[in-house]
Amino acid sequence: MTIDLTDTTTGAIDSALNEARRRLGGMTLGMVLTLIIVTDEAAQYDAIRSANQAAREHPCRILAVIARRPKADSRLDAEIRVGEASPGETIVLRMYGPLGQHADSVVAPLLVPDVPVVTWWPDEGPEMPAKHPLGALAQRRVTDSAASDDPYETITALASAYQPGDTDFGWTRATPWRSLLAATLDQAHPAITAGEVGAEQGNPTADLIAAWLTARLGVPVTRAVSAGPGITSASFSTAEGDITITRADGRTATLAWPGRIDRMVSLHRRDTAELLAEELRRLDPDEVYHETLNQVLINALPPEPPEPAEPDEGGVTRV
Amino acid sequence: MEEPNAGDQGPAPANPGVFAAAGDPVNPLRDPRDRRIPRVAGPCVMVMFGVTGDLARKKLMPALYDLANRGLLPPGFSLVGFARRDWEHEDFTQITYESVKEHARTPFRETVWQQLAEGVRFVPGEFTDDEAFDKLAETVKQLDAERGTGGNYAFYLSIPPKFFPTVVEQLKRSGLSDPGPADESGKTPWRRVVIEKPFGRDLETAKELNAIVDAVFPAHSVFRIDHYLGKETVQNILALRFANTLYEPVWNRGFVDHVQITMSEDIGIGGRAGYYDGIGAARDVIQNHLLQLLALTAMEEPVSFDADSLRQEKEKVLSAIRLPADIAEGTARGQYSVGWQGGRQVLGYLDEDGIPADSKTETYAAVRLAVDTRRWAGVPFYLRTGKRLTRRMTEIAVLFQRAPHLPFAATDTKELGKNALVIRVQPDEGVTVRFGSKVPGSAMEVRDVNMDFAYGESFTEASPEAYERLILDVLIGDPPLFPRQEEVELSWRILDPIEEFWAEHTKPDQYVSGSAGPASADAMMARDGRAWRRL
Repeated sequence: MTIDLTDTTTGAIDSALNEARRRLGGMTLGMVLTLIIVTDEAAQYDAIRSANQAAREHPCRILAVIARRPKADSRLDAEIRVGEASPGETIVLRMYGPLGQHADSVVAPLLVPDVPVVTWWPDEGPEMPAKHPLGALAQRRVTDSAASDDPYETITALASAYQPGDTDFGWTRATPWRSLLAATLDQAHPAITAGEVGAEQGNPTADLIAAWLTARLGVPVTRAVSAGPGITSASFSTAEGDITITRADGRTATLAWPGRIDRMVSLHRRDTAELLAEELRRLDPDEVYHETLNQVLINALPPEPPEPAEPDEGGVTRV
Repeated sequence: MEEPNAGDQGPAPANPGVFAAAGDPVNPLRDPRDRRIPRVAGPCVMVMFGVTGDLARKKLMPALYDLANRGLLPPGFSLVGFARRDWEHEDFTQITYESVKEHARTPFRETVWQQLAEGVRFVPGEFTDDEAFDKLAETVKQLDAERGTGGNYAFYLSIPPKFFPTVVEQLKRSGLSDPGPADESGKTPWRRVVIEKPFGRDLETAKELNAIVDAVFPAHSVFRIDHYLGKETVQNILALRFANTLYEPVWNRGFVDHVQITMSEDIGIGGRAGYYDGIGAARDVIQNHLLQLLALTAMEEPVSFDADSLRQEKEKVLSAIRLPADIAEGTARGQYSVGWQGGRQVLGYLDEDGIPADSKTETYAAVRLAVDTRRWAGVPFYLRTGKRLTRRMTEIAVLFQRAPHLPFAATDTKELGKNALVIRVQPDEGVTVRFGSKVPGSAMEVRDVNMDFAYGESFTEASPEAYERLILDVLIGDPPLFPRQEEVELSWRILDPIEEFWAEHTKPDQYVSGSAGPASADAMMARDGRAWRRL
């Protein structure tokens, strides 16, 4: 059922929730977390939909926070959805006027007691997620650097501002690739001397994978630019030839290994709900992400020397 | 923040099996703290015997597809089917395709199927046919060369035990079972063999069966599948008991009155007459599933969760089990008769196709066992299983003693039963705690209420199915969830005297299909002043 409350207070929202729960015959499903979504009117539909899907794996209370018309008088409108798309509860909070600057005062009383809080910015996030009032309430703060205008700059800024509990969809998207790369190196292989990750321009995931490989393998891993979609290749140079994984269509990758027949591996791009579900699976600080971000900062340190033009390759490298 | 209970084990390796079993040099891309990267099996070939059977089509193939879809199979993973059918490779691919499409739990993706299908081969032949096995050996060698499977083979024997001797002998003769010499880095490829229950029909046959497999494969490479142990809730018993402080203090004779472990089915024997008659409910279910559940419920805390420690504790508790002094008093068995089950009229056991009219095989069995340890002295464990009962349900119920003193008027607590902790294994997986609570109102009246934890309807979609988990564990070489031969033998030692007594002295009591079992089972509980939980 959906309940609309206009010009309301958190107290009234809380009683409406209790009433709704009572009328639905009591919800037996325990909620495992509160998910705060900081979004706007244009993006809220997709974000809530993905969150509802992820909530099937992680039953939660979803608080969607939307700031509207900053010049208007302060007002709080709430839309409560219970017993519909997801096993948990969804509350869309629209904050008008100066109240938009004090969203935490609305959200804090509505957090589910005793369980963790996750804040998610589906679009452009704050520069310092942990310092944002809604980020400070959360154990886990999820941004998406790919949604910003300059993803590389964003990921570098996030790296400088990193606090335990920060995470980014750019990193989440890397998991299937990282998993495949790790599985590839589970096989006996010749020593690796260098690596390269190819992706379309402005793909933070490729930057993160390259930084991760540099940090873990201790060899230079360059970043090549291709036409996409997403990440298109990753390769390791060895004395016996290159071990290469290419994915041209965003779905199936081919693993080429010197002296062996090429093998196909499914490596499909995941949708937002899957990414969010992965983020909600573990809520402790991601130390490997932290180390990878440090590597991103190290890579960014020396001012890039002007690259000799390589028109035949068309590639821009960023070591 | 300090973590007082972190233990000195340090962080668990993310992929214990990958490191320990394969003895790999450490892969720099793997880090125990990196828990996003899932456990992925190493390069290998799975050779499946009996690939045309029901289990293979409905469970094993779909589980392999689901593993591939989740990205948990290594690049180059290959599957070789072996069966006595005159099939072409394409027929096999087609059949597999259809069964995967129908039974897989994750969404069907053509690209994932393509990837899997590339590594699928079929070898037709009789188990006695030397040539077919030579062909099989050739096929896997070819896969090693083409797909980099590294000479690692898992043999899945999804076939009746009577074929084990022939197949195992053939594997030896064709050289398939021999991992060969170590390569230049000192690494020997692995061989693993997977067998399904029944592990014999008594202690003697279990030993014979083991001797056959043992002659060719070393004990650590034999994986016995008890699919119950792959279930999330069963693994959660360990988390519930050993990750919390709440339960352990009351998990003993000081607080527990008794324990009931139930597995009830609503279906009859279906098409399994040939297998079931002469085996019966106790051998089919109690010997493996229920005794494993009992072991996990009653065992002491293992020093770690590695396979050896866990199995050691299970073996300790199994060896401490004592039978009732009078087996007639402490057991019950029954056979379903004509009746109505779930709104449909159904046949009695003796009327089923392929069952002799004078069959003494039981379809319901209940036993009372004692565990002779300080923790459990005097606490009976009641195990029951049956077919064609009220509904399908598996649970472990720990029932606590009544409070020693109730400072209420007797009428206030009339409706108060025993506190209970119930681990629901299936269908509705979760945990229930039952305790007394005041009924709202001006009078003091205490009544039983439930506090429920459910995994949620769709949690099951995200979590792996039992076979998925177990196949992955086999390929990784992670054995804690597989019982070893000692456990199998200990379980038969418990059941054999009961079966002998039953065979000599009793015949199964009839119970109406759709009921909760024979009256003799209720009488057995009543003699102890207790009652079965309602199904």
